[in-house]
Amino acid sequence: MFKIAKFITADLLKNKVMLLYLIFLWTVCFGLFSLQGQGDKALTGILNVSLLVTPMICLIFATIYFYNMYEFMMLMHAQPIKRKTLFMALYLSLAVVFTCVYLLGAGIPLLIMNAGAASIFMIIGTAFLNFIFVALALGVAVWTKDKSKGMGFSLLIWVYFVLLFDGIILLLMYNFSDYPIEKLVLYISFLNPVDLMRILVLMQTEAAALMGYSGAIFQKVFTENWGISIILLVMLVWTVLPLGLSLKAYNKKDL
Amino acid sequence: MIKIKDLNKHFAKHKVLNEINLQFNAGECVALIGPNGSGKTTLIKSILALVTIEKGEIHVQNENIRNQSDYRSKIGYMPQINRFPEHMSVQQLFKMMKSIRQDVTDYDLSLYEAFNIDNMRKKKLGILSGGMRQKVSAALAFLFKPEILILDEPTAGLDPVSNEILKKKLKEAIEKENKLVLITSHILNDLDDIADRVVYLMDGSLYFDKQMTDLKEETSESRLNKIIASILNTENHYV
Repeated sequence: MFKIAKFITADLLKNKVMLLYLIFLWTVCFGLFSLQGQGDKALTGILNVSLLVTPMICLIFATIYFYNMYEFMMLMHAQPIKRKTLFMALYLSLAVVFTCVYLLGAGIPLLIMNAGAASIFMIIGTAFLNFIFVALALGVAVWTKDKSKGMGFSLLIWVYFVLLFDGIILLLMYNFSDYPIEKLVLYISFLNPVDLMRILVLMQTEAAALMGYSGAIFQKVFTENWGISIILLVMLVWTVLPLGLSLKAYNKKDL
Repeated sequence: MIKIKDLNKHFAKHKVLNEINLQFNAGECVALIGPNGSGKTTLIKSILALVTIEKGEIHVQNENIRNQSDYRSKIGYMPQINRFPEHMSVQQLFKMMKSIRQDVTDYDLSLYEAFNIDNMRKKKLGILSGGMRQKVSAALAFLFKPEILILDEPTAGLDPVSNEILKKKLKEAIEKENKLVLITSHILNDLDDIADRVVYLMDGSLYFDKQMTDLKEETSESRLNKIIASILNTENHYV
């Protein structure tokens, strides 16, 4: 598996998209830090960009990459290689390369300009998002044979997790504002890894104090160690579940 | 060497392979022909387990291939469509293939040399032309000295010189090394000199499976395309 992953990683690193992504992250990080100082404001700015861009680039790039590698994967499977080996090699290469680029592009600036718990959680959270959304993207690509359909589904997943989900929660809170549903909202947010990461990072900053009553509940739950452990555990489930399902589908796929 | 028993395959509701029973032996060159969409590529992919087998069995050297992958070390495959990772160089591709096949140390580099692949080893696979990619793919199929060679439309994009090189290599593999060669092509002229058995598929069913010598006798034609035309015509008369 690692033998193949090594070569796929080398191929990925030569891709210009990775370079562009890196330059983009640098620009955003240094731009925000120089515009808004080294405080939480710049951090939330980077957080928002990370939350929007990371899932998108993982979904779109991984989906396209899978379709481009399709014939090659067929050739590889004509060799004595198990389906699982090649799929995991592809998955790990994509996820690890994205994580490394993020580490280089945003992780290092964050640690230099704003060393602290929030920055570290941001890096851990984004690493999780990379692994989660690459798994989802590969799942979509395995599931749909048609390239344009696959791209459509990938974008739909992105829109759902980044935009629609928040809308649904807002709608819920607005309609049931008479009831104490803060705890419920907390559990609903487990259904969205992007929200989890936002909570994980925001709770480490002073911005959490601005979030009112529900913010207080969140802070009570999520700044304690077991709260953080639960978030990380749920994110792990979010990684393993799509990956397992994608792998299962890939094992049975007609190439 | 390869034994196919009651093979069936659906894609959605469309039946692609219907009760295929075939046996291929060492030292044979089987031409797998049939109109577009007759199931040739699917049959090949079934042997390589690239598509799942739903009903029926395939044995490669007396080993049922269901859920197996090791048997493919005996097969060299040249796919119909060749696409490689764009940023990988030719050299790296060969290096990678060798690294995943460490069970083999003795390589067959005759096609690699004949196609002058060494001259383009630094080139990226993404910029190679279709024919060049096909040469790379052909060299890869022979590289690990497999006992079975499966070639899907090998000659479609090759120039005449390379075509002859490949055909010569195939002839050698069949006659001297007693290998099994399974080949599909629409260019029947290419199959004339090498094929000694013709399997004709139509709408996913086996239409006929005959030795080349028998076919020549039956139709008193010597070229494969004339033979096929003649058989299809006589069948149509009965209908």
